[in-house]
Amino acid sequence: MESQAAPEPQSSSAAPRGAGVAPVLLAASGVSKRFGPVRALDRVDFGLRAGEIRALMGENGAGKSTLIKCMTGVYAPDAGEVRYQGRAASVGSPREAEALGVSTVYQEVNLIPHMTVAENICLGREPRRRWLGGCIRWRRVREKADAALGRLGVDVDPGREVASCSIAVQQLVAIARALDVNARVLILDEPTSSLDRDEVARLFGVMRHLRSQGLGIVFVTHFLEQVYAVSDSVTVLRDGTLVGTLPIAEVPRRRLVGMMVGREVEDHRPSADANAPGGPPRAEILRAEGLAKRGMLESVSLRVEAGETVGLAGLLGSGRTETARLLFGAARCDGGRLRIAGRDVRLRSPRAAIAHGIALTPENRRTEGVVPHLSVRENIALAVQARRGLRATLSGEESRRLAERYVAMLRIKTSSIETPVGQLSGGNQQKVLLARWLATEPRLLMLDEPTRGIDVAAKSEILRTIDELRQRGMSILFISSELEEVVRVCSRVVVLRDRRSIAELEGGELSEAAILNAIAEHQPANGRPGGGDA
Amino acid sequence: MATAVVLVGVFAAGAFRYPHFASWAVVRNLFVDNAFLGIAAVGATFVILSGGIDLSVGSVMAFAATLIASLVERHGMHPALAMSVALLAGLGFGALQGALIRGFRLPPFLVTLAGLFFARGAAFAVHPQSIGIRHPFVAQTLNDTLSLRFHLGAKIMTIPCTVFLLLATFGAAWVALRHTRFGRSVYAIGDDEHAAGLMGLPVARTQVGVYAVSGLCSALAGVAFTLYQQSGDPAACKGLELDAIAAVVIGGTLLTGGVGSVLGTLLGVLILGLIQTLIAFQGDLSSWWTRIAVGALVLLFLGLHRGVEGLARRAAAGPDGRG
Repeated sequence: MESQAAPEPQSSSAAPRGAGVAPVLLAASGVSKRFGPVRALDRVDFGLRAGEIRALMGENGAGKSTLIKCMTGVYAPDAGEVRYQGRAASVGSPREAEALGVSTVYQEVNLIPHMTVAENICLGREPRRRWLGGCIRWRRVREKADAALGRLGVDVDPGREVASCSIAVQQLVAIARALDVNARVLILDEPTSSLDRDEVARLFGVMRHLRSQGLGIVFVTHFLEQVYAVSDSVTVLRDGTLVGTLPIAEVPRRRLVGMMVGREVEDHRPSADANAPGGPPRAEILRAEGLAKRGMLESVSLRVEAGETVGLAGLLGSGRTETARLLFGAARCDGGRLRIAGRDVRLRSPRAAIAHGIALTPENRRTEGVVPHLSVRENIALAVQARRGLRATLSGEESRRLAERYVAMLRIKTSSIETPVGQLSGGNQQKVLLARWLATEPRLLMLDEPTRGIDVAAKSEILRTIDELRQRGMSILFISSELEEVVRVCSRVVVLRDRRSIAELEGGELSEAAILNAIAEHQPANGRPGGGDA
Repeated sequence: MATAVVLVGVFAAGAFRYPHFASWAVVRNLFVDNAFLGIAAVGATFVILSGGIDLSVGSVMAFAATLIASLVERHGMHPALAMSVALLAGLGFGALQGALIRGFRLPPFLVTLAGLFFARGAAFAVHPQSIGIRHPFVAQTLNDTLSLRFHLGAKIMTIPCTVFLLLATFGAAWVALRHTRFGRSVYAIGDDEHAAGLMGLPVARTQVGVYAVSGLCSALAGVAFTLYQQSGDPAACKGLELDAIAAVVIGGTLLTGGVGSVLGTLLGVLILGLIQTLIAFQGDLSSWWTRIAVGALVLLFLGLHRGVEGLARRAAAGPDGRG
């Protein structure tokens, strides 16, 4: 396929310039999309002008990525139309969208690691000679790459191997590649989620640079501060519907958070000394101070006492899951202190965490949790076995007793303890996972989104179980994006935003409104991220 | 790089140990005796660079050789035509294997293992015994006229056409891998197939193409083998695919794909040949020592890969982690 002389995207006539209004580059009107019974998008309108950076926000399942995929030809919308620079077109693949001037860079950078920056920018569309069987003109490749990087205004050596570049540079290379096809619209899907502050600033510099060249940019992110730092306007989606599109200057933070979660955030201020010590102090199970890991978490402090349920609340991407992973030793922190039962510890692996009596039921139970082909009994026995090591094997009788006990205790609905876990309902799979960790008799049980994807009855069942466990003296760290659940089940809540713990609420001051308020109100401690313009 | 060092090292060791080792005759024989292996290893390089594997190489060579001999001697076909037929058969056979692997997402190991048995059986079906070729075109035109002859001191040195075939194949492969979009796609797919797909590269076409190239190279190696032996034997070249893979690995190509070069493969083939020569010079060692040496070398290079990778990772995480 010869894409060397790609035609200039049809830019003229359709959208008249002038009158001070930049032309609309990408527009969706009334776009709907269903997946089976789920309505992922419901009559959503969207319009992006030249020279505009538009933030696209929304909680999990709001329909952000579905909208993007409908506009880039990954999905065909069920209803509505998408217009590219004023022309309606049905686009069947991301490649066709690229030809119409719309390029996308995804969160996980897709480049060829062992090739150079220049090769990656031009791969598949290298300039070739007409003779000599179409040999690649390497000097032109280099020039093209230089031009593409120059357009971004960044200084990256095109001869460098991509694998040796940082994620941030890889992201820039991916953007350079995306722009190399005469893109007019650039869609960045969570580009900042694995970048640190300086790298984010650099990326924002590039985005502003591109805006000044008349590009339209769609910026998907979960970071509130970043939205205010770089975008001109924001579109908020919730449950597949459009909540609104507004210039960023006209949306206070509180209103933006309210739009995302679908609740008005009242100006709720707790009385000045509500966090007076209540009751006798209990033994401290775990204390984290300024826990940090580059690219994952900036600074999180929290403590958990014996027999209490502590909640971690925050928007998607605020660092909830990352905190749990660090506390479980699944990732190693590079900053901060961690004390377990009064002693400083460094967790090098989940095994070490388990040895300290910490258990985690991960967010993604399909991929990180249950082993679907193994039976209920085997799944429950797994963690106990891991703790004992290979020599002290668990006898069949023992594991049967263990499984039967927890099946009864957690009211797991299964035809027998030998049924493969994959055949159970979502709620019951979650309970099997819970049983596995309970069987190790942990001091601290961390539950990451234990109620995701299960029905209402099973949800309250799980919540009830959590409270029963607490009453037996177990400490629980509860992570959920459902604030209602957090408030219901926790006695204390640590609020996270943009990878930092920003507030702690307990007792009378604990309410959904107070949590939202804390998220919306907090100003970052040391200046706005992305301050340094390029 | 390491391959070149080993090659020079082995040669130097031979020259040091045996008085007549460092001679043009040894170098000449090295190329002549390993021409067919080298050509086969070129195809294996393509496949391994793309992250695949081809086990059918030796069988396809035997099939091609037997087919040529049978067509020429028993059906009176002109050798040039017979060779073209064999090359086309190899190309088609490879493409078919590639299509099966891509189309049904089958593991290359198993598909080409089936190909190994199939092609071997087909070779015996063509003719169950070795056939000598007495056609003058093969004996005189190709092996005599088309060979280079020159005086080297007092002796006359002859370089047969198979050596030129070998060098031409390597040259063509080098250009194809370095300077064409197809070649770059081969590397990209071997490095990260998922990313290559998302970057819009023709993954399916490239993958089928790689096995077609391997089939073609196997058949071409079969042609070279026919010229070398002046016969076609259905039982020949058993296990040669493993020598080819060993040469590729010793040549520095990662078995997981994406990294390596055809130049390294040429050096790898020469190393294998040199070890054989060394053991022949020693005289009192059985030829099985060749195998042991090759095994040790393959292990050594696997270790080297790991070490280099580890160093590269440490370097990447070091000072320039920030770009």
